[in-house]
Amino acid sequence: MRIQILGMGCAKCEKLEERTRKAAAELGLEFQVEKVKDLQQIMAFGVMVTPALVVDGVVEVAGKVPGVEEIKKLLAK
Amino acid sequence: MFTWLEWIANLLVVDVLKIERGSRAGSAMQFFVFDTVKIFILLTLIVYAITLIRSFFPPERTRRLLAARKGHRLIGHLLAALLGIVTPFCSCSAVPLFIGFVEAGIPLGVTFTYLVAAPMVNEVALGLLFGLFGWKIALIYVVSGEVIAIASGLIIGRLKMERFIETIAMTVKVGMAPEAERPSCRQRLREAWAFTRDLLKSIWPYVIGGIAIGALMHGWIPTGGLAKVAGRGNPFAVLIAVAIGIPLYSNAAGVIPLVSELTRAGVAMGTALAFMMAVTALSLPEMILLRRVLKPRLLAVFIAIVGAGIVFTGYLFNVIL
Repeated sequence: MRIQILGMGCAKCEKLEERTRKAAAELGLEFQVEKVKDLQQIMAFGVMVTPALVVDGVVEVAGKVPGVEEIKKLLAK
Repeated sequence: MFTWLEWIANLLVVDVLKIERGSRAGSAMQFFVFDTVKIFILLTLIVYAITLIRSFFPPERTRRLLAARKGHRLIGHLLAALLGIVTPFCSCSAVPLFIGFVEAGIPLGVTFTYLVAAPMVNEVALGLLFGLFGWKIALIYVVSGEVIAIASGLIIGRLKMERFIETIAMTVKVGMAPEAERPSCRQRLREAWAFTRDLLKSIWPYVIGGIAIGALMHGWIPTGGLAKVAGRGNPFAVLIAVAIGIPLYSNAAGVIPLVSELTRAGVAMGTALAFMMAVTALSLPEMILLRRVLKPRLLAVFIAIVGAGIVFTGYLFNVIL
């Protein structure tokens, strides 16, 4: 599973990454996390608010940091 | 509304902690307990209410609403200022939002109105102002914030500074916005609560710290003790307050409780308001991020106009309050 965290590097992005890693690990998924800090790449996803969570190329969350349980549900879809 | 709380604070300090009533430590302690509980109750209520309203205004919707009113400049500015309150915003999103707005054809001035209003009128500032200063000052803060945002946006729009937008903002390819599902009512309530809890978790040490320092000052600085240095008599107080306020962004949660104590000590209300607006509206990290899409001249004009608006508001309320 390819997980991307979009954000130009703020505290919220770190938090989203931390929670996503935790959620994915708890689900026992095989995953890799990539941080996308480049503005052009972020905009290409069509998001206007960061941080955003992209799973296998699909924007799942934008502009908020959901709880670990919430992220688990998104990853398990 | 909070008499019961005063009674509990009194009971706790005098009967449980056995601190003498009316002593310095006693009055500081009582003030601390009462204020902390009251502020957290109001903060929770206001943050929850605003977060709930926000779930109805995702940024894509705000952009659509604003882009649809391109022709009506004044309505566009008014709407942008109002949407600034209810659209979720974090200074780290300023750049992608800016590009998204410009790309949708929203006028530069209207975009700036939004960028000024969004951080200035935020839920934390509102909750703290309500809890510490009462609804009148909270209302004055909101209305002045909106007026400054609209005025700044109108001026920047008039200056026709479109050529000072960095080319990257115009050339970057914006992808299709992801299709968002409409959350159910229960989902909205649950998500708003989760956000409120997260937010309170991250700001409570600052709020408590601010109130604690305030409480200490409460016992030691006499009421009006600072009136000479920072009261209405000192014409430079507003300017200095704004200059100090700009780099303090991340600590708005701790700054506002302190400011409330400073006003009791004699700092004029307009000066205090200007200070808090500078803390929330103009922040160094946001300026550094915005530099990516704004050429230095436009960035400088933006800071100067918003700064001047805040200073003006400070003087205005020093005169009329």
